[in-house]
Amino acid sequence: MSAQPLFELWVYLAATPLAGLTLTLVAYAAGWWCYARTGMHPLANPVLIAVALIVAALAAAGTSYRTYFDGAQFVHFLLGPAVVGLAVPLAREWRSVRRLAVPIAGALAAGSLVALVSAVGLAYALGASPATLLSLAPKSVTAPIAMGIAEKLSGLPALAAVFAVTTGILGAALGKYVLDACRVRDWRARGFALGLAAHGIGTARAFQVNPDAGAYAGLAFALHGLVAAILFPLGWWWLRSGA
Amino acid sequence: MSPLVAGFTWLLLFQCAGEAVVQLAGLPVPGPVAGMALLFAALLVRGHAPSALDVAADGLAKHLSLLFVPAGVGVMLHVARVADEWVPIVVALLVSTVLAIAVTAYVFQHLAQRHESRDPGAES
Repeated sequence: MSAQPLFELWVYLAATPLAGLTLTLVAYAAGWWCYARTGMHPLANPVLIAVALIVAALAAAGTSYRTYFDGAQFVHFLLGPAVVGLAVPLAREWRSVRRLAVPIAGALAAGSLVALVSAVGLAYALGASPATLLSLAPKSVTAPIAMGIAEKLSGLPALAAVFAVTTGILGAALGKYVLDACRVRDWRARGFALGLAAHGIGTARAFQVNPDAGAYAGLAFALHGLVAAILFPLGWWWLRSGA
Repeated sequence: MSPLVAGFTWLLLFQCAGEAVVQLAGLPVPGPVAGMALLFAALLVRGHAPSALDVAADGLAKHLSLLFVPAGVGVMLHVARVADEWVPIVVALLVSTVLAIAVTAYVFQHLAQRHESRDPGAES
């Protein structure tokens, strides 16, 4: 049997949205399998594994990101309703949020400022280009919100999404070690820090470790997204009109 | 109707409302964020979330990390920029993520301890 019909079948399938969508879910399932097999080791992050597998597969097949995204957009689209749905845990936790308003507001302001200033400051000191700096600014905010903010700051939305996802993976992978080194044992504080610094990917990690940590991570993730989406573009507008 | 479908419909309706508000008022906020704020306000007025919304929102939250995979693969589009500027990018992402986690957790724990020692009956 000749390889020609098989090759034609591959060319046909690779060009349909079905391929991109299937590849995304299969790669994520493989990433999840590795994560579960290592006893949910933070360094075996399923998003990291899935992204690496997909990039390798697309590079090997010579498929463009645009073709891949024709299928993957169906998964990507769900980020919108997922952001809207953050209102549900936020409303559920509202009583304890009001009771802990001082620690929550303090940690939110301090963490958000540190994440923004240290990232942009370090990259600027090391000679990054303006477009990279503007795309780095919202990196601790969840990818769909970071893309929106980068657009308002005239950065590159797709690059901002990559930085946000990388930050999420780093935070989920390293959070345990940083928090242990800082001797923070309060699950609420641990979760809040993960959600603030590493948004949805950190929140997913927190939910897998402890339910209290998960709830506070979701809270920090939602609050940080909301506050950053409003304050970052206003701050940028103020900086530019002042200079 | 299944609670998953009903809940998902509510999420999409609030996302549409958020997009509409942002477009009409010219707000500098992404549509889903405005939708989240609207849903949050509605839930506070109502007092609690209908169980269908709980099902849909928790279902999406559980698989949240999957939803970031397509955006992460977008690194393919920016290989040249990342290769050119990899030192500032890696240092900035690594250091600022570690710092943000440490500072946030420390401030939260410190303020919560002070808050709860002043008001010991608060924890229930």
